[in-house]
Amino acid sequence: MPDDIVILSDATFDEAVGASDTPILVDFWAEWCGPCKMVAPTLAEIAGEQRGKLTVAKLNVDDNPDTARRYEVMSIPTLLVFKDGEPAKRIVGAKGKGALLQDLAEFIT
Amino acid sequence: MPDSLDVVIVGSGPAGLTAAIYAARANLSPVVIEGIGAGGQLMLTTDVENYPGFPDGILGPELMIKFREQAERFGAEFITADVDRVDLSSRPFGVWIGEREFRARSVIISTGATARMLGLPNEQRLLGHGVSTCATCDGFFFREKPIAVIGGGDSAVEEALFLTKFATTVTIVHRRGELRASKIMQERAFANDKIDFRWNSVVADVHGNGAVESLQLRDTQSGQESNLPVEGVFVAIGHDPTTGLFRGQLDLDDEGYIVTAPSSTRTSVEGVFAAGDVQDHVYKQAITAAGSGCMAAIEAERWLGEQAHAGN
Repeated sequence: MPDDIVILSDATFDEAVGASDTPILVDFWAEWCGPCKMVAPTLAEIAGEQRGKLTVAKLNVDDNPDTARRYEVMSIPTLLVFKDGEPAKRIVGAKGKGALLQDLAEFIT
Repeated sequence: MPDSLDVVIVGSGPAGLTAAIYAARANLSPVVIEGIGAGGQLMLTTDVENYPGFPDGILGPELMIKFREQAERFGAEFITADVDRVDLSSRPFGVWIGEREFRARSVIISTGATARMLGLPNEQRLLGHGVSTCATCDGFFFREKPIAVIGGGDSAVEEALFLTKFATTVTIVHRRGELRASKIMQERAFANDKIDFRWNSVVADVHGNGAVESLQLRDTQSGQESNLPVEGVFVAIGHDPTTGLFRGQLDLDDEGYIVTAPSSTRTSVEGVFAAGDVQDHVYKQAITAAGSGCMAAIEAERWLGEQAHAGN
């Protein structure tokens, strides 16, 4: 896992998201999910390229079901972007880098 | 213009990866543009029980990782992005990812097929809120909940069986009066207490505010509508070939599949080959896709050889 990606858990979620200086994108994923694995390298790239503008984090829904339930995540991968601690955008399903950057444009420009 | 490659392979399911293995071993240094759906439909499945060589079955994603490792071992290069545009009228052929341009003397198309949706506005609205296209990804979220699977083929029945691990009941909604799935899958479904059937039924609408609450079903014979309370809907009503990129450049049939010459992967453009589900509306199996991927690589190799010989 590259250093640019923050690993979240039910225990650390609120504090990490609340304290983030930048918008924070949380990737809800699990080991058994093929599309989650496909999108992971792209998220790692974005994390590196957008450092300082956007924080990229991951939350394993298998180990951390409470947070997934709280945000009504019922399909993975789901990417939730939090701004000032509040959910500001939801992206469901794996997408290519171009499409993801477009979806994230409001947070990184 | 960038340097010309021998072969670019577009797509990375069983067909594309097998083509990559053969092309790499033929020293064609293939570049595989694997797409954001890398690995293809098998990445969305669980156990593959009919791929020869794995008597105990193998997980779909694991099988695809093995294919990819085998291609990498022989020097295939992978690019994880979707192709945005192709030009099959110029030579060498042009393939673009955004502004990045590739030129290749031959192209193997193995873009596969894309899951079909019901086409209802509420289905789109509730996607990720109870509507799912990936049972293996999302089954986990429907523990102790009633769900429905739409469809009657092998993938629908396989998903239904998988989902019984989580759900209280799984209702298979099928527009016909019998399943199209293979006999062994049918037997398993009929023997499973958690699986119910709604025959001759189509989905007229998906209801729910923040999340799916029920399906409105229509009986195809009586026209009568009824309500089925479910919290999850898994759509498995088949696939359409992923050929939008090639429309107007290659001959496609009425259903959008790439037309290939009989017993061959040759398309309507010389030097362009098509393998796997993108050109197959009969078999659609991992093993047939792999077989046609092998054919495409061998045909590309021969074609390149002939061209070199002719001094082109």
